[in-house]
Amino acid sequence: MPDATGLELIRQELGSAVLETSFFRERATLVIEPQGIRSVLAQLRQKGYSFMASLHGVDYYPEEPRLGVIYELLDMGRQDRISVKLRVPSEAAEVDSALPELPGDPGWPAAIHQEREVYDMFGVRFRGHADLRRILMPEDYEGYPQRRDFPQGGEPVFFTYNDPQQPRAPG
Amino acid sequence: MSPVEQDTSGQSSDISEYRRREQSITISELERPGALPRGDGDARQELLTLNFGPHHPATHGVLRLLVTLQGEVVRDIKPIVGYVHTGIEKTAEDKAYWKVIPVVERMDYLAYHFNAMTFCGAVETLAEVEVPRRAQYLRVIHMELNRIMSHLVWLGTSALDLGAISMFWYCFREREKVLDLFEMSTGQRMHTRYFQVGGVIEDIPRGYGEKLAAFLEEMPSRVEQYRALLHSNEIVLARLRGTGQLDAERLLAFGVTGPLLRAAGNPWDLRKAEPYCSYEDFDFKIPVGTVGDNYDRFNVRFAEMDESVAIIGQALAGLPEGPFITSDRKVALPPRHELATSMEALIHHFKLVTEGFRVPPGEVYYPIESPRGELGCWLRSDGSAKPARVHMRDPSFVNLQAFSEMAEGGYIADMIATLAALDPILGGIDR
Repeated sequence: MPDATGLELIRQELGSAVLETSFFRERATLVIEPQGIRSVLAQLRQKGYSFMASLHGVDYYPEEPRLGVIYELLDMGRQDRISVKLRVPSEAAEVDSALPELPGDPGWPAAIHQEREVYDMFGVRFRGHADLRRILMPEDYEGYPQRRDFPQGGEPVFFTYNDPQQPRAPG
Repeated sequence: MSPVEQDTSGQSSDISEYRRREQSITISELERPGALPRGDGDARQELLTLNFGPHHPATHGVLRLLVTLQGEVVRDIKPIVGYVHTGIEKTAEDKAYWKVIPVVERMDYLAYHFNAMTFCGAVETLAEVEVPRRAQYLRVIHMELNRIMSHLVWLGTSALDLGAISMFWYCFREREKVLDLFEMSTGQRMHTRYFQVGGVIEDIPRGYGEKLAAFLEEMPSRVEQYRALLHSNEIVLARLRGTGQLDAERLLAFGVTGPLLRAAGNPWDLRKAEPYCSYEDFDFKIPVGTVGDNYDRFNVRFAEMDESVAIIGQALAGLPEGPFITSDRKVALPPRHELATSMEALIHHFKLVTEGFRVPPGEVYYPIESPRGELGCWLRSDGSAKPARVHMRDPSFVNLQAFSEMAEGGYIADMIATLAALDPILGGIDR
C-alpha cells in the first residue's frame, strides 16, 4: 500500500479529479470525480498500477450519490495496491467504461465481465462498453437485485399452501 | 522398445516410424481439384455457430459457450454464465457476520476453506481482531489440504476431458483421504464452517497429526505416479503442448491470476507477495511455466501439490501451542464449560447467537491466493451486525474473460483441453 504520505503525493499529481483520499486499515483509497475515471486510471497505470485486480459495485443507500464503483489496482512490481472509488446518483448512473476504446489503447480488458456484473446488479451503465448486457441474471430480468432497496425473496415461490391462490392456465 | 526410432537421415530422428508415416499423409491430398465433391459454396469457409453447454460434461458445471466454428477451427467464443446464480452476495447482506460464513463457503465449492478465509480475513481486518498463531497454522493446514483436494478434482476431470478416465478414479481416491481428514478435524467433508472470525471453531482432535503425517508421507509418491501416467502418454502430450497458449502480458490485461498466470512465467503468488495468515513462516517455492500453454498449466498444478505438501508438513511440525480462537468474547463464542459457571460468558453467548457482533463502519478488500488465483472479499460495514455489502472477486469469473483469446484460432478439441486447463468453477463464477 502507498502510505498516507504517498497517497497525498498521488493526490497532488492527479490534481482536481480527486475529491478526497482515505487511508483506512492500511488501505489507500482515492475518491474521484466520475468524469475523470479514464484519465485517473491511465495516470495510475503510468505510476505502475498496471493490473486491475477487481471491480466492485456498492449501493450506499440512503446516502447520495447512491451507487459506488470501486476499482482495485495493483502494482505487481512493488506489491502495492490502491483503490479508486467513484460515486454516481442512481437516476443518472453512468460512468465511462474502462475497456479499450481504440485499437492502440491498452485499456483494461479485465473489466469486461466485472463491468457487466456491476451493471447487472446495480444498474450502473458503462459508456463505451461494447457488450453491456446482464451477466448473472436472466436477460429479461427487471430491476437491479443488489441495490439495498431491492427486497429479498421478491419473486413468489410455489408451494402447496399457496399454489391454489396463484393464477393457473385454463384447462 | 524405444519410441525413438534410429533414423539414418538424421533430420527427424526424434519421431517414430509410425509418426512419420502418419505425418506423411496430409489433407492437402484432399484439396486436389476433383478429390472432394464441393457444393455451391466453399464448405471450408462456412461458419457454424454451435451451442455448447450448459449441460455438457466438459464444461465443468453449467457453463454455456456459443462457439463459432469454421470447419473445426474456433473463430469466436461467447461464454454465457449465470445458470447457478443464487444471490449469495445478497443473502449475505441479511445475515449476521458469523452466519455469512456457511453461505459464502458455497460459492466456489472446491475451495470452501478459501472462501471462508477471505471473508473471515476481511471481517478481522475491519474489526481489528487478532488471530492466534495456532489458529493461523491450523488455517494454513486446512487451506493447503483444500488446495491439494481442488487440484486433484481438477486433474481428474481434466484428464477425463482428454479421454483418460482412469486418472479420475486415482485422483478421487486421494481426494477421499483429504475429505476424511476434513471430516476428522471439522466434522464435515465439504463446506465445513471450520474457519471462524478470530480463529477456527475447534482444535484438531487427538490422532489427527499422525493421520495427516501419513497422508503427507504418501502424497508426493502419488503425485509422482499421476505425473508419470500423463507425461509418458504421447496422446496427452500431443493434446497439451502448444495448445491454448497465451502470454503473460495478455493474461495480465485480462486480470488472470493463479496457476494460469504462473504457467506463463509470471511468479505472482499472494502467499509470497503479500503474505497473510503467517505464510511468511513457511519455506516453499512458486512453480512457474515458460510459455503458458496447457502443458505448462498441468505441470504448474502438479508442482503446486508438492509445494502444498511441503507447507502442510512445516505447519504440522511447527504448530504452536496456544488458543485456537481469539479470547475476545465480543466476536468469539465462550467455551462451553464457562457457560455453566460464568454469568458474563452466558451473556456473551446470548448476544453473539441472537444478534451477532457489530463491526466498525468501513470498507476493506482482503485478497488471498485460492487454487484458481486471487480470491478477494470486498466488505463494507455500516456499523451494524450485518454486512452492508459482500463482494467476492472470484478468480474463475475473471479468468474466464481470457478464455476466448486462449482458444480462438485453435481446434475445437483443443478448446476442450483449454477449458479444462482453465479450471473454471461455476459455483464461484455465478455466486
